Amino acid sequence: MLKRTPFYDFHVSAGAKLVDFAGWEMPLLYRGIVPEHEHTRNSASIFDVSHMGRLYFSGKEAPAFLNRALTRNVADQKVGQSRYSLVCNESGGVLDDVIISRDTKNWILVCNASNRPKILSHFNQLRRAWNMDFDLADQTEATGMVAIQGPKVIDKLSSILPVDLTNLKRYHFETSSFMLVKLTVFRSGYTGEDGVEIILPGKMASMAMKLLAGKLDRPDATIQPAGLGARDTLRLEAGMPLYGHELSEQIDPLSAGLAFAVDLNKDFVGAEALRSIAQAGPKRKLVGLELEGRRIARQEMPVLLDNQPVGAITSGTFGPTVQKSIAMAFVDASHAAEGTMLNVDLKGSQVPAKIVKLPFYKRPTK
Amino acid sequence: MPAPTDRRYLQTHEWHKQQGDIITIGITQFAADELTDITFIDLPKVGAKIQANQRFGEIESVKATSDLYSGVGGTVTEVNPALQNEPGLINRDPYEGGWMIKLQVANPAELTKLLSSDDYLKKIGQE
Repeated sequence: MLKRTPFYDFHVSAGAKLVDFAGWEMPLLYRGIVPEHEHTRNSASIFDVSHMGRLYFSGKEAPAFLNRALTRNVADQKVGQSRYSLVCNESGGVLDDVIISRDTKNWILVCNASNRPKILSHFNQLRRAWNMDFDLADQTEATGMVAIQGPKVIDKLSSILPVDLTNLKRYHFETSSFMLVKLTVFRSGYTGEDGVEIILPGKMASMAMKLLAGKLDRPDATIQPAGLGARDTLRLEAGMPLYGHELSEQIDPLSAGLAFAVDLNKDFVGAEALRSIAQAGPKRKLVGLELEGRRIARQEMPVLLDNQPVGAITSGTFGPTVQKSIAMAFVDASHAAEGTMLNVDLKGSQVPAKIVKLPFYKRPTK
Repeated sequence: MPAPTDRRYLQTHEWHKQQGDIITIGITQFAADELTDITFIDLPKVGAKIQANQRFGEIESVKATSDLYSGVGGTVTEVNPALQNEPGLINRDPYEGGWMIKLQVANPAELTKLLSSDDYLKKIGQE
């Protein structure tokens, strides 16, 4: 039996095409991946991201625990701040990528839906091994979460939300009450656009949806629903990694270009392995590829140089905004320089692909 | 889910419409919806010979890549020129503007071996 988010009824009434995603019945699309992608870039979209895990840490030793379990330093993190971080195993492989946020009483960790059971048991194991005292509450199924993304989001929501959005900085958040509903509003996202992500009580989800987005069924509405399909093409254009594609237990964060989220000066699970990788230099690197033509490179397709395999595709799509066939791939470090011409083996036919700087898309600065 | 009764189908979601000895081939609304936004299509050239139940091309969407099959054998007489620049036409209008190729066939009666509209919808569980 698939799990349903608090927005399930909304998805059905909005005509969503529903799919199984990590055991959740989620909207793949409502009107179409490309129109939803374009609407996000030009206006605003609301995404149900309630399937993502929401774990609340509290108690005296919670910060010390998180600092040892996460690759990012959280010791100097201020209340109201969020940080992207990795959770690694001892060999430096990525168990999950997460956002850790420090609230007044809690630390909120948002993890991938597919990794929630694994990460929970990993944390419980570490807690026992380190004999640390703190509370860990899984609030995923008691709450809902939406991402509202696009250039018109801040303007549109400023008058609705009880939070001073224009002064809320990127990767910061605020918790406040809104008509008796407790909302946690983050200035963050996974689309390359400005926007917010909001955690709210599950029971209030449908009411909140009406207040936040108004009448979504109007074709001229500023904020329209978008599904997981558009979420994937948007994040790929924005060069953001997706667990299971650019990240896995066999991939370390340094090779994946995520050194900014790894603090090698502190002690954490995987630190030793990552220090040796940093010293030797990663053997392979995550790169962006632009393919000639309109064909799409798919995960695991070989990347070749002079007919010799030098890497493999992790994700690919035809970027609706950049209007190019784009992909990310792990490539041997010796062939990973920008501008290098490689080929992608698309089921037997080789398509030329050039290494380009990530991201493929950057939102215009105001 | 519509599937016009004036044509014949394969379980792999291609439709075939007969006009004399010319058969026009495309994919069904169901297939176009399943693929989601189509980004690329690879079709044979005019003059190419197509065998019955053999792959004649390939279609790609944001979500997946899929082979295209013809239920009848013949020679390609026309390829829809609009699709090269606008493959999304298949999503919007799969039964008319989104047609793919026209085949000249020796024996148009072969077509009756393929699925009727009702049988196709039954096969895909959309009756």
